[in-house]
Amino acid sequence: MSLITPDFGLIFWMTLIFAIVFFILAKFGFPIITGMVEKRNERITQSLQLAKEAEKRLDEIAVQQANLLEETRAEQNRLIQEAAHSRDTIIAQAHEQAQAEADKVMEHAREQIASDREAALNDIRAQVAAFSMEVAEKVIRKNLSEDAAQVELINSLVDELVKSDKE
Amino acid sequence: MRRLKNILILLFLSLVSVPLGAQDLDMEEYIFGHIGDAYEWHITTVNGHSLALPLPVIVHSKTSGWHIFSFKHIEEEGEYQGFRVAAKGEPHEGKIVEQQADGTIVKPLDLSITKNVFSLMISSVLLVFLVLLAARWYRKHDAMEEVPKGFTGMVEMVVMMIQDDVIKECVGKDYKRYSPYLLTAFFFILFNNLLGIVPFFPGGANLTGNIAVTFCLAMFTFLAVNLFGNKEYYKDIFWPEVPTWLKIPLPIMPVIELIGVFTKPFSLMVRLFANILAGHIMLLGVVAVVFLTAKMGAGLNAGLSVIAVLFGVFMDILEFLVAFLQAYVFTMLSSVFIGLSRKEAEAE
Repeated sequence: MSLITPDFGLIFWMTLIFAIVFFILAKFGFPIITGMVEKRNERITQSLQLAKEAEKRLDEIAVQQANLLEETRAEQNRLIQEAAHSRDTIIAQAHEQAQAEADKVMEHAREQIASDREAALNDIRAQVAAFSMEVAEKVIRKNLSEDAAQVELINSLVDELVKSDKE
Repeated sequence: MRRLKNILILLFLSLVSVPLGAQDLDMEEYIFGHIGDAYEWHITTVNGHSLALPLPVIVHSKTSGWHIFSFKHIEEEGEYQGFRVAAKGEPHEGKIVEQQADGTIVKPLDLSITKNVFSLMISSVLLVFLVLLAARWYRKHDAMEEVPKGFTGMVEMVVMMIQDDVIKECVGKDYKRYSPYLLTAFFFILFNNLLGIVPFFPGGANLTGNIAVTFCLAMFTFLAVNLFGNKEYYKDIFWPEVPTWLKIPLPIMPVIELIGVFTKPFSLMVRLFANILAGHIMLLGVVAVVFLTAKMGAGLNAGLSVIAVLFGVFMDILEFLVAFLQAYVFTMLSSVFIGLSRKEAEAE
């Protein structure tokens, strides 16, 4: 058998069998494997992309969160300050009102006192006049007899009155 | 220790001397019997009796039409239905020939299932089975969520290596159209190369080291290249971009290019054939050392046998590499040739 002359029978069978093998494998074999692997590769690429995006989103969210926290804190501070301010204002107002009220009461009291005193003075004056009248009456009624003694009496009465007036 | 050595040597000697007995080794028959084709599959020889699988002979004679019979008849009767095997020295030596009435011998149309054809059938069935087994995994599983392990994983790895590193790179953007053929060629060659190294049935046939087989493979690549070649490819053959005097009046370049169209598949055919054949002959030669030195005395025989076995192991490992390498090279060059037939016009 010669080595380098192709044998026709073998060529015939080889062509036939290889064609059949090729047909079967090209239809049901390799394209399924390569197709699936390619799809899987695509999916892996996609998943990586998604993971990257998710990571980015997460970073963004973290930043947002930090911002939010910062804002909240600022708001809190502002509120506290405002509250303190309004408290101060209210207290000051209350003070002022109280002062005004107190002043008013004092004024009233002072007026009352002044009017009372006036009344008292008038009263005293009237009494002094009455006393004087009484004294004068007494003097007139008793001592039209003794001149010297009457004068003394009048003087002592007057002194008395003055003294009590002074008091 | 020394006793152990002696026992080993004795054991070894008994192993190597039994199969040959007294007869001399016919080197030519030994080597060509192993690498050539045959009408029966010789499996082994037990006690001087050859244990062989006779294969069907299918011949068509111009005078008597189709004949289908087992080779057993020719082996037993020498001649059967007018057919016999041509003896040494006759034309068509080793083939089945028809004895004409006038004494001349004629070679009939021979479509026999020879050893190589039988091996081809077995390996093809196995190959199809294995690849479909791997492909079945993808039908049963959700390949989007899972990655195959074990056998399917290995097939996937090799398929994707060839597809991504060889086919995609060499063919270009049309690679999907050609990848089934190139992958089939790769696995077909690889599988048959590997089966050729296995020394016992159903391996051991020298299939990819047979020129008819490599001729067919090269032919398929030739068809893939030339049937689907684009305008640019044919323009490069018949009107390449060289100075005009190289094309007219003597079409030197077109002729060279046209020769190139045929030398490309020819080189594919010869490369695979020669590499695998040479590997087989080398291995057979190394193993033959054991038998050839059987008559030269026990010491020499034992020593050389050890060397031959070590060298045989080395050769087998080398053949393993070559089996993969040649399949890879065939696929890669086919891809390159296909890529050349699909190339786009270069930008001016």
